[in-house]
Amino acid sequence: MAENNGYSLWYEFKKGLWQDIPPFRLVLGTCPTLAVTNSVVNGFAMGMATLFVLLGSNIIISAIRKYVAPQVRIAAYVVIIALLVTVADMFLAAFFPPVSKALGPYVPLIVVNCIILGRAEAYAQKNPVVPSIADALGIGIGFTLSLMTMGFIREILGFGSLFNIKILPPSLFEPWIVMILPAGAFLVFGTLIAIVNYISSRKSAASDKA
Amino acid sequence: MEEKTIDKTELKSAPESPAGPGEKLFVTSSPHFLNKESVPKIMHTVVLALFPAMAASVYFFGFRALLLYVICIGACLITEYAYQKYMKKPIKVYDGSAIITGILLAMTLPPGFPVFGAILGSVFAIGVGKQLFGGLGFNIFNPALLGRAFLMATYPVLTTTWVEPRTVQKAVDAVSAATPLALMKFEHKFTPVLDLFTGNVAGSLGETSAIAILIGGLFLRYKGYVNWKLPLGYLGSMAAFSGIFWLIDPTKYPDPLFHLFAGGAMLGAWFMVTDMVTSPTTDLGQWIFAITGGIMAVVIRLFGGLPEGVMYSILFMNAFVPLLNKHTRPRVFGAIKAKAE
Repeated sequence: MAENNGYSLWYEFKKGLWQDIPPFRLVLGTCPTLAVTNSVVNGFAMGMATLFVLLGSNIIISAIRKYVAPQVRIAAYVVIIALLVTVADMFLAAFFPPVSKALGPYVPLIVVNCIILGRAEAYAQKNPVVPSIADALGIGIGFTLSLMTMGFIREILGFGSLFNIKILPPSLFEPWIVMILPAGAFLVFGTLIAIVNYISSRKSAASDKA
Repeated sequence: MEEKTIDKTELKSAPESPAGPGEKLFVTSSPHFLNKESVPKIMHTVVLALFPAMAASVYFFGFRALLLYVICIGACLITEYAYQKYMKKPIKVYDGSAIITGILLAMTLPPGFPVFGAILGSVFAIGVGKQLFGGLGFNIFNPALLGRAFLMATYPVLTTTWVEPRTVQKAVDAVSAATPLALMKFEHKFTPVLDLFTGNVAGSLGETSAIAILIGGLFLRYKGYVNWKLPLGYLGSMAAFSGIFWLIDPTKYPDPLFHLFAGGAMLGAWFMVTDMVTSPTTDLGQWIFAITGGIMAVVIRLFGGLPEGVMYSILFMNAFVPLLNKHTRPRVFGAIKAKAE
């Protein structure tokens, strides 16, 4: 698996974008997916923070994978992830205070985001550093895109705006309050999972025929 | 409803298919009884039973009410047809169940509700509430109530803006008013029971006139389409439970009659609790379903954040129906209770 040639690196990157796209196929990291996606900007910021933590944790964990005793590996991973999350949290608070305020407790909660520990367990601890970077980038970008898609739908329907700019005049469109509420997140999430499953089932049916 | 729907064509064709034309012994699977009930017949009778309540709401709220009925029924029918057509399912839009969903949804809306909202609610009720679960007979929740719950979360202000009855058709556009339940909850004013009974109060289309709904409900009971346990259990437990509080402090809590005739209690008890698809099939299950639902409604009305609790109480109990069906299944005659290991 970990052959260091171009094809397999590309594969490791690409799989996070569709085949293993975190919230919709792996159904991991659903907590931020449901909680902070009421606007595109929030989704993007959350995705970027997660990407940073995931990249850092994959690099460090795959670098030290031969020196950590298996019995204490989870504890070691959590310490590493917590360090990176603290960095991300402080960075957001220092440079983007409004975003940090909007995301609230969900940035510190990246520590327990199952995508990060999941990738550490499933990938980084078994593979060298370079493929782990590709894996982290793919999964992180896939996660960011998923959050932005959720945020896109919820922001347009819930506020009638996009990137915090009103695009649908209130005289034409009465915003759906439900889309800002948690219930709306579940509705959008379920619909998107259904669409992703539908497309991939059609894809696999087509490849079976061929 | 499922057990009443008998596919007659299957029975007729059965002798020819397995045995061939020459055979004399026919073996067919049950059911062997044929009766005259069918889904369209039941559904159209229910529509007929809803007519008094519809007429009353059109009398009290005028043209606007009629428009909402037309929009909701039309949107429900079109959604159902479009979904079945697109999914290449048999087109069963003529069985009338979508008409009932449309009428019931319109009845839960305030008279001044905008048209686009009514269309959205109908699409959600039929599309998500019914067809995504597999169509008539498979939905867990009452589709009309699910549509109403969605609208309530989507347009919280529009769904709770009420008007006085018989003002819409006058020169004034509308006089906004509070429903009797909201008056009770937020201002501690009690509306006379007679007004509630005839329907001369503010409220949703179908929650104003108790007498008109009662006529329709009793008609359905007479036709045998309503199981008496469900409305009796629901209204009875509402009355009993609210009666306890009334006896404790009559100045603070309204009397049981107020609870029965105010809000959507009558509509819910006769037309939504009794929904054949979303109510339990066993006797004990039906009692539990109806009584718990009634208590829930009173609890939400008296202590919850919302003035009206009928919708959520029914949706809440709908979620328990599969469990109730499973655990209240009667023992087969002669069977011995399994010993605990």
